[in-house]
Amino acid sequence: MTNQPEDAGRWGAARPGRRDVLRGAAVVCAFLAADLGALLYANKWIGPARLTPRVFLDGFATVFGRQPGFRKNHAKGVAVAGYFDSNGNGRTLSKAAVFVPGRTPVIGRFSLAGGNPHAADASSTARGLGLVFGFPGEEQWRMATLNLPVFPDNSPQGFYDRLIASAVLPGTGKPDPTAMARFLAAHPETARAMDIVKQHPPTPGFADSVYSGLNAFYFVNESAARTPVRWSLTPLQQALPPASGPDALFDALVRQLRAGPLRWRLVLTVGAPDDPTRDATLPWPAGRRSVDAGLLTLDSVETDAPGDARDINFDPLVLPAGIEPSDDPLLSARSAVYAASYRRRTGETGSPPAVQVDKVAL
Amino acid sequence: MSAAPEPGRFTALSRALHWLTAALVFCALFIGFVMVNSVGDYAALIMIHRTLGVTILVVVLVRVVNRLTHRAPPLPPTVGALERKIVVLSELSLYALLLAQPVIGWAMVSAAGNPVVVFGSLRLPRIAPFDARLFWLLRQAHSVVAYALMAAIAAHVSAILLHTLTLRDRMIERMTFRFGPKDDRSRLDIPGS
Repeated sequence: MTNQPEDAGRWGAARPGRRDVLRGAAVVCAFLAADLGALLYANKWIGPARLTPRVFLDGFATVFGRQPGFRKNHAKGVAVAGYFDSNGNGRTLSKAAVFVPGRTPVIGRFSLAGGNPHAADASSTARGLGLVFGFPGEEQWRMATLNLPVFPDNSPQGFYDRLIASAVLPGTGKPDPTAMARFLAAHPETARAMDIVKQHPPTPGFADSVYSGLNAFYFVNESAARTPVRWSLTPLQQALPPASGPDALFDALVRQLRAGPLRWRLVLTVGAPDDPTRDATLPWPAGRRSVDAGLLTLDSVETDAPGDARDINFDPLVLPAGIEPSDDPLLSARSAVYAASYRRRTGETGSPPAVQVDKVAL
Repeated sequence: MSAAPEPGRFTALSRALHWLTAALVFCALFIGFVMVNSVGDYAALIMIHRTLGVTILVVVLVRVVNRLTHRAPPLPPTVGALERKIVVLSELSLYALLLAQPVIGWAMVSAAGNPVVVFGSLRLPRIAPFDARLFWLLRQAHSVVAYALMAAIAAHVSAILLHTLTLRDRMIERMTFRFGPKDDRSRLDIPGS
């Protein structure tokens, strides 16, 4: 300390020697290069091209056009609300609070697959029902279900490739048949799943569709027993016949919900130890034990709007204690891509949604 | 220059907390950048990321208390008047960024209406109202603060390396642990540069 120069100056010390300057500069540059390299690698700006959530969003934008403010898939929909009455039967499988006898509030959204929020309703388009039980509590259960018996894909890459192969060719108004044929040749699991889907033709409307969770989950009960489970919502009503016009299915749903509540039974299908949990294209064998866990009632409907189901990400990995993800690779992928879609659309200002509930004639 | 006096050290607790924070923040940042670009590993990584975030929040709060109740050792004489001001500012901004980032992350998850789950199953209360626009603002802020942290940490490490290697003032030893034999006290009396 005694040797500190009096004229310490700006750097507080005598000028360092050239070798010391080089040594410091070299190590600092090496550190900064490593730091930057780690950042570039982590962000996948360098390294092999991979399937990232952004690639999915860009894929949806390529196939359906940029649709600011809307979900990048299942863009067209209406918000609904109601409740779930548990009968207590689910408690043998899961300790989740939702299965205790009693009522849990539910928010949901009916939708049609695809990224075009103004597409005309078509019977062949997959129908979705996103649900969240117990929103916005700590033990929420979210799900995004479809009116299909199995999911067409068993891997994120398969989903992406099918999306791209299904792009409508400009001019023809139809997908390129050779692209889809090539896709199905490369993805026999999807060809098999499509055959199963064909054996379950869509019902007349949203109200009489069976909505299935498709991916397997593990239910964990009070004694910590883990059981593979898939679930479905089976309708307790007929649907009104579809109306006419571009919103034929949605208009019929809105009318029916205005006239009275719609109900579905929540059926838990209990898997055997060898049933596939990581492949949503494979149905479980018929005759698996099923548990009727209670009744879902939907009794109100609104236009997609701020603060309602529009602003909920139906992430299938938002689960209560007592329900756990399986090893199905689609679950993490759905969670990742939904999160990216949610981030993108919450920053966008969009046009009004196609289905305007108060404009649907009685 | 080669035999600068041994600098005063931070207390052992301060040093331990510093290196713990460094490791946690490195992992949280790296996993954060990796996870938002992942498909298959996203679910596992986001749980680790949230858990790291809430751990960092607790550790940094302990550090704030520790910093306010313990004096820092004097800076080496190689730190001039202007640089002293930069040192103070840089320490304050690092603390502010390290506190803000986990809170923004927690608020952002809350604003999306999501339950805030850490350590696999521990559920924290939500700290922001369900509001998609607010979510987006917080989500953007979470990225901005992540890059600001990267920059502040890079500047911090570069400054320590330059001091230690170029000015040879043993700056880094204020924060390091010595595991070998006790320092030769006589070196303190050897006249420096």
